[in-house]
Amino acid sequence: MGKKELSPINAGSMADIAFLLLIFFLITTTMDVDTGLQRRLPRLPDEDQQEDSSDKIKERNVFVVLVNKHDELLVEGKLIDLHQLRQQARDFIANPNNAENLPEKETKELPYFGSVYITKNPVISLTNDRGTSYGMYLRVQNELVAAKNELRDEISIQQFGANFEDLTEAQIDAVKNYYPSVLSEAEPKNIGGK
Amino acid sequence: MSRFSKKGKKGMAAINTASLPDIVFMLLFFFMTTTVMKEVNLMITVKVPDATEARKLEKKSLVSYIYMGQPLRSFQKLYGTEPRIQLNDQFRDVADIVDFIAQERDAMDENDRNKMTVSLKIDSDTRMGTVIDVKQSLRRAQALKISYSARQVEEL
Repeated sequence: MGKKELSPINAGSMADIAFLLLIFFLITTTMDVDTGLQRRLPRLPDEDQQEDSSDKIKERNVFVVLVNKHDELLVEGKLIDLHQLRQQARDFIANPNNAENLPEKETKELPYFGSVYITKNPVISLTNDRGTSYGMYLRVQNELVAAKNELRDEISIQQFGANFEDLTEAQIDAVKNYYPSVLSEAEPKNIGGK
Repeated sequence: MSRFSKKGKKGMAAINTASLPDIVFMLLFFFMTTTVMKEVNLMITVKVPDATEARKLEKKSLVSYIYMGQPLRSFQKLYGTEPRIQLNDQFRDVADIVDFIAQERDAMDENDRNKMTVSLKIDSDTRMGTVIDVKQSLRRAQALKISYSARQVEEL
């Protein structure tokens, strides 16, 4: 038997193999993260529950946004352009001048803020036709969410000197009470057909 | 001056490449752990709308996807050009969504079930009629946390 000496395994190609794998993963990797508008759908109403609560909301407390199948926007009975929507929604949520036709205000006791005079519970109601394009629908949603976010950011900077997203949990809760999330997705109505 | 001239005479020493595999392996492991393989083979075209207020979706394991859009050209013979719903790797109807959600929920850890989010990846040219139907099914399936998938942009 020839006593051959055990030669060490040549590890010189190790780097090449690793490079090959590395390049494979580099190519297949997808770094994109999913972004989107996060919302909460309302629960389905119970069958036996009477829908009397919705009738009690006063007209001035509701901001009615309608989008028709030609992607036109009707806000509070007036045909407006998309870029006007944000300002109008802001005025509605905050009602800075305490206008008659905008939501009622009340004095409320909030942590951090103390006693504040804010709108009582404004509701934005968004209704769309079955023929509305999804792109338009999302842009309207985006404007309404943006209006709320801008207001929250402003009050956060004024009160805490930081953006809403950088606040502590308790502060976030306080700001959320100051400007609650008001967008309600109305029960769909079958109007206009397909 | 003499110091420098002495050094120059020595000649370049070869760079030791023994640690190269280690470095490469480190990179390799990084990419292996962070990589996410494409979850589904899309059979429809989905161009999600832009939005300035889009936020990142946390925790991918809690997210289920519903795709909606026009079938790709190769499927148009079979399925037409009307926007269709795709769940996992198949074309489905609105009626299948409740089952789909139940399935997804069963596959999840018990503690996470109420944190489940449904990401709606819908083409911006889709009509709202089908979207409303999908949303109603989601409500019926008690999957109330949704996210309208959108590309985040600074300005519209």
